[in-house]
Amino acid sequence: MKSVKLSLTYLVLTLGALTMLLPFVWMLVTSLQPAATTFTGPQLRLPPAWQWLNYPRAWHAAPFARYCLNSLVVTLTTTVGQLVTSILAAFAFTHLRFYGRRILFNGLIALMMVPGELLLIPNFITMTRLHWVDTYAALIIPWLASIFAMFTLRQAFNTASATTYYAARLDGASNWQYLWQILVPANRPTITAVAVLQIIGSWNAFMWPLIITNFPRLRTLPVGLVTFTSETGTDYPLLMAATVFVIFPLLILYLFLQKYLIAGITRANLKG
Amino acid sequence: MPMLNAKPTLKSTLIALLYLAPLLLIVGVFTLWPLITTFLMSGYTHYNYFTNHVGGLGMVNFQFLWHDPDFHLALRNTLFFVIGVVPATVFLALGAALLLNRLPQLATFFRTVYFLPFVTSTVAISLVWNWLFHRDNGLLNALLRTHVDWLNDPHYALGALIIVCIWQNLGFNIILFLAGLNHLDPRYQAAANLDGASTWQRLTNVTWPLLTPMTVLITVNAIITNFKVFNQIYALFHGTAGPANADITLMYYLYQKFYVENQYPVAAACGVVLFGLILLITGLAALYFHRHAWWRGGQRG
Repeated sequence: MKSVKLSLTYLVLTLGALTMLLPFVWMLVTSLQPAATTFTGPQLRLPPAWQWLNYPRAWHAAPFARYCLNSLVVTLTTTVGQLVTSILAAFAFTHLRFYGRRILFNGLIALMMVPGELLLIPNFITMTRLHWVDTYAALIIPWLASIFAMFTLRQAFNTASATTYYAARLDGASNWQYLWQILVPANRPTITAVAVLQIIGSWNAFMWPLIITNFPRLRTLPVGLVTFTSETGTDYPLLMAATVFVIFPLLILYLFLQKYLIAGITRANLKG
Repeated sequence: MPMLNAKPTLKSTLIALLYLAPLLLIVGVFTLWPLITTFLMSGYTHYNYFTNHVGGLGMVNFQFLWHDPDFHLALRNTLFFVIGVVPATVFLALGAALLLNRLPQLATFFRTVYFLPFVTSTVAISLVWNWLFHRDNGLLNALLRTHVDWLNDPHYALGALIIVCIWQNLGFNIILFLAGLNHLDPRYQAAANLDGASTWQRLTNVTWPLLTPMTVLITVNAIITNFKVFNQIYALFHGTAGPANADITLMYYLYQKFYVENQYPVAAACGVVLFGLILLITGLAALYFHRHAWWRGGQRG
């Protein structure tokens, strides 16, 4: 009875897993099909000849190297920037005394509830007034702070040992030294989790880069991919190969940093 | 909480402000200021974007929404969409989490697979789904032995979007449910076991009631996320709102008014309505947790 139940559990979960994997598998299979075969009805078999050349063909069909570079630059700078601003603010909220601490913190938490989409129009106007449309500044600077990241880090810093802080300060360490030499290294797992979440969000961001860039020069990968779609039409093997460019880097990152990511999500959503 | 000085002084406040300044500057310019502007703008009459001239403040934009059939359609589609996605997602995620939780092996493997969509670009995977939904050459019609024009038939277009979003939301919610299950006190299960409760009884009488607060949290989170659906539509229908506007949602309506038609005040008003809906849902959830605080308190003690 018990083993029947268990095999049934495995069966259901395997069917679920296959459903989850299906789009990814089909993307890869199609990306290796010769262009003509996809138009003669659904191809439920593997490609007769694996067309590896679809990948270089797709890569050169649009400035994907440029898109990739833009995505890398934007993702790295926003992630690092966000970590720095959040770490500094979280330290102030947990380790420093100042007037208005409670009000300021509650105000920020209230702002965290505001859906980012609501801010789209005024931010777009700000960008046009600053003449920042079609610049890296527009893609990066609005994302250099995240209340969510600050909040998550504050939770972690809150549990830091008071004794260590007193001891470090008594030994002559400044706040600045204590923060970067003791507190930050001690909270590396949380910081990694926050960074991974930010990398995912930034790499996959779509709406803001879409409205703030008008030329291929500044497009990030997701925006580049979508414009490529409307230009390529129905060459699905080429299209699926291009899709792989966007999805693949994060899949690799995910497989390596999965532990931190899942811990980060759990912590952020349960202790909130 | 480590605190060196118990009382704030002017000097300690200045030092703290230095640490806070970068975050506050960015948040002030790109969150607080635009938030205020959006609310103001939703009341602008006769707004000229190029000269930044505002005629006055009034309710015209909300009146416009009230009478605009496209907005009605967007509102209705959004509600249908949320009703189509959220209960199914929560139910499936809970089921999967319960099954995963009692696996002796391979739980991590399954979790990794289910979670894949979370790290995947929404627009990229929606383009893959666009290909899966293809009427003549798509995999879905081949597997189901149907000939449905998923993306061009207004009867199916919203259903297609719902399928994509359930598929995409599932993994994230499974992770949350797994975390919730791990937080439950195992003593309740042990006690029920001793009393001779069956697996089903333990699920309905022990696990489910204990998990209810978590379920409310997950449901609210899913509702808010799905209220704002946009990227999937844009990629699935190649920059349109589906056949005969079948998939126009509040967010898509906002985008259209803002970016395509340059009617900023109307778009801002739509944003305010969206925000109101989200606040309403959040408020209901807060009320629920307030009412059940005694119960949660009892659970801890």
